[in-house]
Amino acid sequence: MFDLLGVPPQALFGQLLLGLINGSFYALLSLGLAVIFGMLNVINFAHGALYMVGAFVAWLLLNYLGLGYWWALFLAPTAVGLIGVVLEKTMLSRLYKLDHLYGLLLTFGLALIFEGAFRHFYGVSGQPYPIPDLLKGGQNLGFMFLPNYRGWVVVSSLIVCFGTWFAIERTRLGAYLRAATENPVLVQAFGINVPVMVSATYAFGVALAGLAGVLAAPIYQVSPLMGSNLIIIVFAVVVIGGMGSILGAILTGLGLGLMEGLTKVFYPEASNIVVFVVMAIVLLIKPAGLFGRER
Amino acid sequence: MTAASQTTNQAAPKTATVALRGPDAGTARTALLFAVGLAVAGAAPFALYPVFVMKVLCFALFACAFNLLIGFAGLLSFGHAAFFGGAAYVTAHSVKVWGLPPEAGLLLGVLAGAFLGLIFGVIAIRRQGIYFAMITLALSQMVFFMALQMKFTGGEDGIQGVPRGVLFGIFDLTQPLTMYYAVLAIFVVGFALIWRTVHSPFGQVLKAIRENEPRAISLGYRTDRYKLVAFVLSASLAGLAGGTKALVFQLASLTDVQWQMSGEVVLMTLLGGMGTLFGPVVGAGLVVTLESYLAATSLPVPVVIGAIFVVCVLLFRRGIVGEILARLPGAR
Repeated sequence: MFDLLGVPPQALFGQLLLGLINGSFYALLSLGLAVIFGMLNVINFAHGALYMVGAFVAWLLLNYLGLGYWWALFLAPTAVGLIGVVLEKTMLSRLYKLDHLYGLLLTFGLALIFEGAFRHFYGVSGQPYPIPDLLKGGQNLGFMFLPNYRGWVVVSSLIVCFGTWFAIERTRLGAYLRAATENPVLVQAFGINVPVMVSATYAFGVALAGLAGVLAAPIYQVSPLMGSNLIIIVFAVVVIGGMGSILGAILTGLGLGLMEGLTKVFYPEASNIVVFVVMAIVLLIKPAGLFGRER
Repeated sequence: MTAASQTTNQAAPKTATVALRGPDAGTARTALLFAVGLAVAGAAPFALYPVFVMKVLCFALFACAFNLLIGFAGLLSFGHAAFFGGAAYVTAHSVKVWGLPPEAGLLLGVLAGAFLGLIFGVIAIRRQGIYFAMITLALSQMVFFMALQMKFTGGEDGIQGVPRGVLFGIFDLTQPLTMYYAVLAIFVVGFALIWRTVHSPFGQVLKAIRENEPRAISLGYRTDRYKLVAFVLSASLAGLAGGTKALVFQLASLTDVQWQMSGEVVLMTLLGGMGTLFGPVVGAGLVVTLESYLAATSLPVPVVIGAIFVVCVLLFRRGIVGEILARLPGAR
């Protein structure tokens, strides 16, 4: 076996894989945040809480209805999306004419409610969620062992991310969406129902978070606190990438996940803060973010 | 442009300047309210549990410091826990381990708050609005992780059993009443400083930045510097509140640097009234009271706090004091 800078390759690639998985979640979540911000001008603080809700819906489906992972993969994002529609219709829609900060404060309150409620009923300890039978086991790639489930998470979230990118940048519906981001009044004048589109966008953005929650459930334990720590890192990712570009959000998420994995190998003490340090450096050099435009 | 200006813009024309009352009209009433408040606070430890009132005072100062940014400069910081908790650690460590007297410990705490504020400010002021909030939140999370891992903070245990000591070598802070009046004095000094800042030419420039930053720039003000000074001032005062809190409870812990603490101070200010002088004090009093009341029930505290957040944002964005001022017939 060869060594890389004194680090056994098993450990290095293992951490890189973990970093890639974390990066996939960062990408899914920051993508949702960027889509929502583009359309609603709201920074969705509840994103992390809804990711947690997605994981919990999967867990509840399994434990109370006996519906397994593949059902959850479809049902949990749908449920989270429906929650999103209700939140948007009843609360967020009242704030569009106000300063963006109110959207942040409202969704912060919502995040506290979701997190507090789940914590009240299920405690702070994590609940295990089994890996589906189909994805058990793993592959020996020669230089490392790849558990099937982890490979699945990376591949499927990449597919979802790039599918979203394609839908927004290359399809007619995406064109309407981008137009409505630029000038909602004019788009409405062309006969497109913008309020419905806004609700759908929010629902889609939070459904992505719900999906990420289901994907994460077998890897991390399902816990009420799983979202709140993640969302702050995702905020940093969004600041680094800038929210102007969908592709930027995806690439920044993956890149930072990998960077975190590398830090865990070479300087584990700093692995918690490396994303924030990168954020500070990027802000000092390029305040608009790597892919951002000043707005 | 900013949160507070939006609130005022929403109001009917006759109350449009409610958050911007000039010094002449408001001063008499402010002074009267302040005198009444001081008398109540002076008598409070005889009617209420002193530690409870001291907690209210610490958080009231914290919220006032936060309000200096959001209410008067229009900057929403979501990372004020870093200054509060960071200062609490520094004060606790210097008093307990280095054996410094409380006044030196507090001074070091304030300096720690100011130093962190300078770093946060230099980085965060490069972006505006929503990004500013996210950056300060991220940076404060970094401070949280550092507090979790560094040796001197005691990790999960925090710094416990901090001695209160003897203030200026005269006042024995182990006496509950002496401690109480020391905390009251600290609060009054901090509050007076904020009042003075808001009513100074510097404060007027801050309000101008809040209302219309491009215009302020075009008038020749280097707005980034004004914002940075306001940020450092606010962080120092948050540090003063944190250091005092460490002495009162003889404890500095991870709770003080957590993001929930940043959220709590936002709530206190929002509930009481952003951009009003007394709003944060009222808000802090209500939130602290509510939390100590809820602690005895089985209701989950975060859910109630979150619900208050939602109600405030949706229904009364002016906050309690803001609503009262808007309805007061004499308010111009």
